[in-house]
Amino acid sequence: MRMSKLVRTGADLLYPFALIFGLYIILHGHLTPGGGFQGGAVVATGAAIVIVAWAYEDVAGMIRKVTMKAQESAGLLLFIGTAALALGLGYAFFTNVLANSGSLFGLSVPFGPNPGELNTAGVIPIMNIAVGIEVWGGLTVILLYLLSGLNKKEEGS
Amino acid sequence: MKRGLVVLTFVILAGGLLLIPALLDFGMPAFSDMDDYFLKNGQEQTAANNIVTAVVFDYRGFDTLGESVVLFTAVVGVGLMFRRMLKEEEYEDE
Repeated sequence: MRMSKLVRTGADLLYPFALIFGLYIILHGHLTPGGGFQGGAVVATGAAIVIVAWAYEDVAGMIRKVTMKAQESAGLLLFIGTAALALGLGYAFFTNVLANSGSLFGLSVPFGPNPGELNTAGVIPIMNIAVGIEVWGGLTVILLYLLSGLNKKEEGS
Repeated sequence: MKRGLVVLTFVILAGGLLLIPALLDFGMPAFSDMDDYFLKNGQEQTAANNIVTAVVFDYRGFDTLGESVVLFTAVVGVGLMFRRMLKEEEYEDE
């Protein structure tokens, strides 16, 4: 049950842009509006465009259920692992141990409006990436499950 | 009789609900201590420019953990609903 060639070409053109925009929202979650949930939803929307424009059988080899499930689980594990990182260093669960430390994502920001620096905010960018990966995989798996039965003809008809 | 009573109760309750914002000034329940704390110390403590993200992922991290687990559970539920039925799984009702 493919859609017309026009829609398919448009979906192919839109997919990388949706991917890049979603990943930008995820990576800049601590600087600009948005974050892991929103960016992951944008990326999953790009996958949804491709799945709806093409048939499920066409994209099943490219966007795989197993990969997306593994991606979702990996995102959740990375999120919990980042939160538990503070436990290993002797702080409370979810403590922002990397903030203002000078290491990875460890620069400080001055008070008030400032241009913003990507290398700040401690564990917040890592958690954004983790949640973004999780939402990306989770919503895509839901779409794949729901749309996999779209083109099956019913018994009676 | 009974219907009139229901309508009267509804009107009284709806009127009372609409009266609450009419009696209060704009932004009246102003408990802004926590907002001021986040705005004043958020950038210094979390080094993030986006205070909303700082609250969601740092100050209220457990809430985000719950959201992630809810999403994971939803995906597991959809996967269970749409699983491929095997012959051995079909059972008769007793």
